[in-house]
Amino acid sequence: MKEKRSIIFAGAIVGILSVLLVYFGNPANMGFCIACFLRDIAGGIGLHRAAVVQYIRPEVIGLVLGAFLVSLKNKEFKTNGGSSPFTRFFLGAMVMIGALMFLGCPLRMVLRLAGGDLNALLGIGGYAVGILSGVLFLNKGFSLKRSYKMPSVEGYIFPGINLGLLILLLAGAGFLFFSTEGPGSMHAPIWIALGAGLIVGWLAQRTRLCMVGGIRDMILFRDSHLISGFIAILFFAFAGNVLLGYFNLGFADQPIAHSDGLWNFMGMLLAGWGSVLLGGCPMRQLILAGEGNTDSAVSVMGMVAGAAIAHNFGLASSGAGPTANGQIAVLISIVLVAIISAANSDFAIRRAEA
Amino acid sequence: MNIIDARGMSCPQPVLMTKNALKTSPELVQILVDNETAKGNIERYLSHEGFSVEFKIQGDDILVMGQK
Repeated sequence: MKEKRSIIFAGAIVGILSVLLVYFGNPANMGFCIACFLRDIAGGIGLHRAAVVQYIRPEVIGLVLGAFLVSLKNKEFKTNGGSSPFTRFFLGAMVMIGALMFLGCPLRMVLRLAGGDLNALLGIGGYAVGILSGVLFLNKGFSLKRSYKMPSVEGYIFPGINLGLLILLLAGAGFLFFSTEGPGSMHAPIWIALGAGLIVGWLAQRTRLCMVGGIRDMILFRDSHLISGFIAILFFAFAGNVLLGYFNLGFADQPIAHSDGLWNFMGMLLAGWGSVLLGGCPMRQLILAGEGNTDSAVSVMGMVAGAAIAHNFGLASSGAGPTANGQIAVLISIVLVAIISAANSDFAIRRAEA
Repeated sequence: MNIIDARGMSCPQPVLMTKNALKTSPELVQILVDNETAKGNIERYLSHEGFSVEFKIQGDDILVMGQK
């Protein structure tokens, strides 16, 4: 019971901070969005040249460093890796392509619904179907195999890179790219964003908050632990949005969203399926990477690469809707995720060994 | 009594391995894990299934023991 109270508390704080970040300058319904923020960072370091989505988001840095510090403090920082790293990189890229079709990671999907954006319902529908698809393969013995203990320095690199990015941001390094208009130009002050990230990183590490684990564990084990965090985020962000007058119910004219139901559904189906195979949602990957899991660090790098590709190849949606390139990429990615699911399940492995 | 080695497995595989082990050994299970998340998840699952759960630290690893 104590455990459940703490994850509901964490969800409540995430929900409230998300609304406050919008109040302090983040784009609407985007207090936190791991997909969007990694995409902005990819742009900020020049991996793509979509001028409206370039910024070094301190929230991401805070999430990683918050998880890093609390795991060090509690002696939970453990460096491990080696569980199918390149498959994880590839899955991370495809999760990002799905998320940028929908325009948000699973966390922003919940925040969009909490802001009244009903398009998120289609996203949640697709997300649930994607998770169910992943669970079918988990029940067939899907595994990316074991990770192993690694030298500590391997685990320090990812938090170190985040610290480096923070220093570059604070120094205003001239070679970074910063949007002057569009979502990338809208952001809370650095210290507020960083502080919010640190708090959420700390809480998410302690409670294992995960946006894919909630639905997954309900299906697999009838376990409502993680989904109570998910629901708490929804409820408290909703309350915050109503209080500050941000709540706007409907499908049309929602901020940084499109109303193509089919592709909202398909995008999140891809993101949900890929996230189940990775063992956690994009936010959870950041937290795990902060506590020394280098497989998760590789997954995050895959997401950054996926974001760069999504913008360079015109796959990412915009408020105007999805692109034809994006639709083709999502369909191909779903097929590839299915192949990866099957190839790493017991039946395929047994056949190969026979 | 077999000890199930769930070290290094991603979520939710340690719990799935525990669930599968209960099919052949419904009264007593032992699972070796290497992180607090897996430990907590297995503890929650076993408690839910009516087991009493104990832990034994083994170097960097944790042995989770469930008994009905």
